[in-house]
Amino acid sequence: MITFSERQLKIPKMSKPVYLVTGGMSKFGRAIPEKRTEELVIDAFTEAAEFIGKTPAELKKFIHSCYYGHFADHFGDQLLGESVIHDRLGLDPLGNIGIKTGGATGGSTIWEAFKAVASGYSDCVLAMGWERMDEVPTDEGNNYISCAADKDWETPLGHIYTGYYAVMAQKYWQVFGKSEASFRETMAKIAVKNRGYARMNPHAHGPMDITVKDVLNSPIVAYPLRALDCCLMSVGAAGVILADEKTAYELTDTPLLLYTSAGSHTLRVADRRNMEIPLLPNESPDLYKDLGKRFPGGDRYPGFTGFLAARMAAYYAYRMAGVNDPNEDFDLVELHDAFTISDIQSYEDLGIRPYGEGRTYVESGDCYHTNPHTGKPGKLPSNLSGGLLGCMHAVGATGIMQTIEIAQHIWGRWAEMHGDQKKWDAFGREKPKDWTDLQVKGAKRGLAISHAGVGSHVTATILVHPDHQLERRF
Amino acid sequence: MADLKDRGTVKVVNGQYKFKGNFHYIYPNSPIRGEAGELMGVTNPRDLTHVHMYGGEAPFFESLSKGKLLGTRCDNPKCEHTGMVHVPFKIHCPDCLKRNTIVDITEKAKKSAIVHTFMVTERTGAFNTLKKPIRFINIEFEGVSTILMSYLPVGEPKIGMQVLPIFQTKNPTFTILDLAWVPVGTDKSELPEGFTFS
Repeated sequence: MITFSERQLKIPKMSKPVYLVTGGMSKFGRAIPEKRTEELVIDAFTEAAEFIGKTPAELKKFIHSCYYGHFADHFGDQLLGESVIHDRLGLDPLGNIGIKTGGATGGSTIWEAFKAVASGYSDCVLAMGWERMDEVPTDEGNNYISCAADKDWETPLGHIYTGYYAVMAQKYWQVFGKSEASFRETMAKIAVKNRGYARMNPHAHGPMDITVKDVLNSPIVAYPLRALDCCLMSVGAAGVILADEKTAYELTDTPLLLYTSAGSHTLRVADRRNMEIPLLPNESPDLYKDLGKRFPGGDRYPGFTGFLAARMAAYYAYRMAGVNDPNEDFDLVELHDAFTISDIQSYEDLGIRPYGEGRTYVESGDCYHTNPHTGKPGKLPSNLSGGLLGCMHAVGATGIMQTIEIAQHIWGRWAEMHGDQKKWDAFGREKPKDWTDLQVKGAKRGLAISHAGVGSHVTATILVHPDHQLERRF
Repeated sequence: MADLKDRGTVKVVNGQYKFKGNFHYIYPNSPIRGEAGELMGVTNPRDLTHVHMYGGEAPFFESLSKGKLLGTRCDNPKCEHTGMVHVPFKIHCPDCLKRNTIVDITEKAKKSAIVHTFMVTERTGAFNTLKKPIRFINIEFEGVSTILMSYLPVGEPKIGMQVLPIFQTKNPTFTILDLAWVPVGTDKSELPEGFTFS
């Protein structure tokens, strides 16, 4: 679709507000051979229950319907795996449904759960996601992931998804990065940052203390993307409980308002037709008048440089929550850094920076917990969890993990959930001697983005402390 | 264990699949043990053949083996985007959903195809059959609204370079791999085995 009707641009309305009550995660790993998936799911559920001082059995009594995110049946070789998990959680005979939207599965699972509460169908729901990517060798895993591209037109081309991103990286680098080596270094800084933050996260399985040079010298996967530009392939689970206001306050004193929206775009990048840029609240129609002049080749939108699905998810979500400017209204974000290039592309789709200027979010130091140029808090820290580059990409769980991470900052409980020596020990991981508390002080609002394919599905989940709601003017 | 030579083939007769040969082979599984010899799991070997039908896209894949590149065009005068040409081939117009008209864009491709973007990879997933390094290219055509993904088996890609289509007309696979591109000026002696300019 390259033009919209007014009805299609309607801002979603909920019949009642939806709250995030709690969330929990398992350990994440490249392989966790000692545990079945259900054990990981129960680990995540138990953490969510204990986070609000409940036993799993007590929490289960509140749940009315269940939403399960699990993307790749191939990996686990189990169709209807959602049913297996539902049974093992002892939530039968409640209604449940499986959700699959590639890399956005976690976010889409929250989207479905959100709508169930917003509509009044359920007062309290479980949104649980997981992935089991360790039961085939990596090259077969890469083939399975490439099967999420078009099997007739794209998958046979190398059977490697990174390649489908690398063509975007090349185009973006040449058009908006003006082929500068400094742009390639900016991409590398994202890998250094996120893998560094992962060192403070006991759940993470890709922590690294590395330099820009290490990233630029890492093996080429699909030029210009190198190994350290690419996300992890993971095993693990994450789950959240959503509820209406009355139920939420029965479960906890500190629920957070939650808004989730979704956008999509063609599975094949090849099919993306030229169109006008849909504008976010912080953008004016004049902003992109001379985009092609400033960045020759950059006026084909979304082309190979933008993700329309992310733009649409933000278009709806910002107006649902009253967000006018993500830089001013959010205190932190968790973005879908599947590749360093897609992280930069997302800054623009989400209005953190105008199209063409994404690199400045990194170069200014705004995306860091502590701005490396000023030593002061970053204006809008991103991916303090370590993201997909450093923490995990257990596909069905990813968007849920990122939502929980944002929530723990707003709850002011990030250090408790990441610094506890017992958790490091239980996961068999060594807590770094220089472990640092990454709590964003005074966090009130945040954004988590969940993203599929080369931008086929994107969800935007906004969390807001109830005492710090924004005026909804749309 | 079954003989792999009997691997299955399919024909469609009177609207029904006619299967011949073996579509799956059975192998024994084996235990997965830990360092202390304890049982932790089992392997699940299998070898199976899926059937996949091209439906309305079949003319596209057939045409590649004959040295032709087909696209489709919306000719519905009431469509918001009538006249729009799609490559990849789309059976129906994504706007009005009327069935598109098949158009031969081989000559248009020969005159106007340029590289929109590209990448080079030495790594592939399992089941890759392309020679490495693989050079993906995405191709713009004059008058075409979309940007096709394909590969460049000869030469080094560059954004904006003009390329020519080549086709696997000898021993075709009847897949998208039967289409590739080479830089303008490439001699036919440089083409990969089985490929021709037309």
